[in-house]
Amino acid sequence: MSYPANPRDIQLTAEGQLKHFLSISGLPKSLLTEILDTAESFANMGEQSVKKVPLLRGKTLVNLFFENSTRTRATFELAAKRLSADVLNLDIKTSSTAKGETLMDTLQNMEAMHADLFVVRHADSGAAHFIASQVTPQVAIINAGDGRHAHPTQAMLDMFTIRRHKGDFAGLKVAIVGDILHSRVARSQIRALTTLGVEEVRLVAPNTLLPAGVEDLGVQLYTRMEEGIRDVDVVIMLRLQKERMSGALLPSESEYYRLYGLTNDKLAYAHPDAIVMHPGPINRGVEIESAVADGPRSVILQQVGYGIAIRMAVMSMAVSGQMQERSQIS
Amino acid sequence: MKLSILGGRVLDPAQNLDQILDVHLDQGSILALGEAPAGFQAEQTLDAKGLLVTPGFIDLSCHLREPGPSYKGNILSETRAALAGGFTSVCARPDTQPPVDTPAVVRVVRERAEAVAQARVLPLGALTQGLEGQLLSNMAGLQAAGCVALTNLRLPIQDTLVLRRCMEYASTHDLLLIFYPEDFSLAAGGCAHEGAMASQLGLQGIPETAETLALAQQLLLIEQTGIRAHFSQLSTARSVELIAAARKRGLPVTADVAISHLIYTDRELEDFDSNFHLQPPLRSEKDRLALLQGLVDGHLSAVTSGHLPHERAAKMAPFSASEPGISSLESLLPWMLQLVNAGYLSEQQFVASLTSGPAGILSQKLGSLEPGQPADLTLFDPQQSWTLNASSCYSAGYNTPSWGQTLQGRVLATLVAGEVRYRLDL
Amino acid sequence: MSLTPELLQPSVLLDRLATALKSRMAEQGIEEPLLVGIYTGGYWVAEALRKRMQVNWPLGGLDTSFYRDDFSEKGLNPGVKSSNLPLATKDRHLILVDDVLMSGRTIRAAMNELFDYGRPASITLVTLLDLQRRELPIQPDLCGQAIDLATGQRIKLSGPDPLEFNLINLKEEGQA
Repeated sequence: MSYPANPRDIQLTAEGQLKHFLSISGLPKSLLTEILDTAESFANMGEQSVKKVPLLRGKTLVNLFFENSTRTRATFELAAKRLSADVLNLDIKTSSTAKGETLMDTLQNMEAMHADLFVVRHADSGAAHFIASQVTPQVAIINAGDGRHAHPTQAMLDMFTIRRHKGDFAGLKVAIVGDILHSRVARSQIRALTTLGVEEVRLVAPNTLLPAGVEDLGVQLYTRMEEGIRDVDVVIMLRLQKERMSGALLPSESEYYRLYGLTNDKLAYAHPDAIVMHPGPINRGVEIESAVADGPRSVILQQVGYGIAIRMAVMSMAVSGQMQERSQIS
Repeated sequence: MKLSILGGRVLDPAQNLDQILDVHLDQGSILALGEAPAGFQAEQTLDAKGLLVTPGFIDLSCHLREPGPSYKGNILSETRAALAGGFTSVCARPDTQPPVDTPAVVRVVRERAEAVAQARVLPLGALTQGLEGQLLSNMAGLQAAGCVALTNLRLPIQDTLVLRRCMEYASTHDLLLIFYPEDFSLAAGGCAHEGAMASQLGLQGIPETAETLALAQQLLLIEQTGIRAHFSQLSTARSVELIAAARKRGLPVTADVAISHLIYTDRELEDFDSNFHLQPPLRSEKDRLALLQGLVDGHLSAVTSGHLPHERAAKMAPFSASEPGISSLESLLPWMLQLVNAGYLSEQQFVASLTSGPAGILSQKLGSLEPGQPADLTLFDPQQSWTLNASSCYSAGYNTPSWGQTLQGRVLATLVAGEVRYRLDL
Repeated sequence: MSLTPELLQPSVLLDRLATALKSRMAEQGIEEPLLVGIYTGGYWVAEALRKRMQVNWPLGGLDTSFYRDDFSEKGLNPGVKSSNLPLATKDRHLILVDDVLMSGRTIRAAMNELFDYGRPASITLVTLLDLQRRELPIQPDLCGQAIDLATGQRIKLSGPDPLEFNLINLKEEGQA
């Protein structure tokens, strides 16, 4: 089995165009900006009466979900349909004993269907890289979340949201609050924010939820919420899974909410124009107060809408990259 | 059979020897070095000009996959691979199917090894029944059947009381115990060194304390029970310090390191290449350098292959779902030579870590070219380049990052008990 | 500046078109058609025509990137502008404006897009130039000038103020 020399190689064509979208790591700032710009035109389209374009007509997208997520799958499906692609949804339950074999078998079956695009969600970190390294060339892979590793489309829609509200990334202070340890979204957000050149990325969490050595990613670590969100322009709250209590990572929901839950009182420490984001679904009263989630600074619902445009952008760019690579080979 | 190896550069750390000498063998043993004894008539000669002649390499931890599913390898394929890698003796791990926890299984392994007549197989026995960490295995019986040491590998022992009893019983029979220190709960679910790389990749980390905590606990119990113990495949700088301190206090402990941990670090994980999924995990550059220094300082006295062959499907999965292990018998020599060429190890240190070092740990009459010793020898060309691929590889396991790569340094002949068992036909 | 002996200046062609278009609309009894300019050149031309005709007809812009038939070969242009039609096109008389008509493929894409917005009452096609190299059965209703160029030559409009023709020699630029 052969692997490319670095993650950048596997995601980009020789000309530097996107052909897989697996993680933010290895993608240059110019490409992230191109994704945002392309999404901007799709976002405008969503506001018009005609919401569908024939860009990917005749192409087949397979939603390959090894981990359930109705919401994420639906946004990919809608994005694909707005590009006129045919969509096939596959939910695959894996038995823990034969994970690897199941994945390989599934892939081989999928290839026989001559799909053009796989959207993959899998519980194992690196699954999307693995699939991209194994599938026939010319099939674009889009990572819809792999283990704790990456969720790059979610991160890009968050970047899109920030750019729409703040205009530019330079000079911004962004705090990401909560369960960083288990969050693939946070990892992708950190990469995207630092690549796009924000002034400061802060992680706010108790030590049990901060991964070892994460400071090497160019972030500041805070364990106290009030200090961590002081003067920030963007507060990103992460979802807290209930099972964290049983893993001896946290004593109780109530203590977590008291220390790290975003309330209007705590939000007062942030910049007066700060926006509040959350990748959803929200646990009200666990990581965020309803008054904040539904309040004027919250842009949570807009994030969801932008998700379609980002996914349309990434899909059309990746398919385009694959097709151009194909035409150069032939 | 009388055999002479002519004109090679003989490197034998056991005798502090590095000289161009002829080596004469008779009846499976080393007869003489240098001038042939009066009246000696070689029936066969090997021209070793330009080659290094060393005692046959000895591996302390190697998986031969037999008994067990044959798609991962078998005693023939893996002992043949051992010879091709310059190894004349390999310790076979007890985690076969069934495990080596009864004299009957030991006999099966030994008989099979004798039948295939490749490298010598030195079986390691299970420390507990079924390697389950609860009940003592028939230690004396395993010893009598030919196990050179007992180990529970990385598998957990139920509690410290059982561990203490294992040691006490082993000391009764003066058995060597081999430990692969790992705290089960700290390592559980992990697949990579806990640090920045694992955090970036979203892989669950195994902290260095998973190793050092278990190591410290085992060292204290060794001190109490007075057994002979060896620690295999250490991976952290802190572990080397603990071993050095224990040895300084006079504890009869030894330790080794796997070749993979001397040449790779967790930086290799960046692309999720499952060939780098190892147990213990590849750690930091600081750890790698400390392990190399430990070898130079003598705190670590052997390098092991840690050879763990896998079929293709075992590695065809996302990183954490793939099976850990590296196929390394055949690339160990070129990798060691890389370390020598880079100035990390002297040639004496490199050869000693594969010959006199492991022989001393096992208290086996091997690993030296002194007259009277078994005639186990390795002849290699440190310059010759070759490619590791399906036509050159004997092991059933192709799971190595060096697959398809050009390597420098090649074994040209391996002799066991005075018999040429492997010879490269070019 | 004269690029080819017979090519007229854009301002001359605009004057010509403005007069013709205004009288054509009057003839057909169309009072307030929707001008639709194809980005970017066609939009400039539509703007310029509206100014010359001194009318207040609504003006929209169309980006055909998402409807092009060469996506497979050329990929997506990252600088896609969103189509922007100020009002509903259903049952409305449309004037589709482009700068240079060549193969007809852009017009095909534009009409597909327009039909996605609704069924118009009519579409009148107006172009500044016609290079007469049609690959599809599409003809302009009004055209400033029809010319013949040598193979490998193209004309590109720069603007919006002033509007100027630029002759491009594809071979010199290394045919893309």
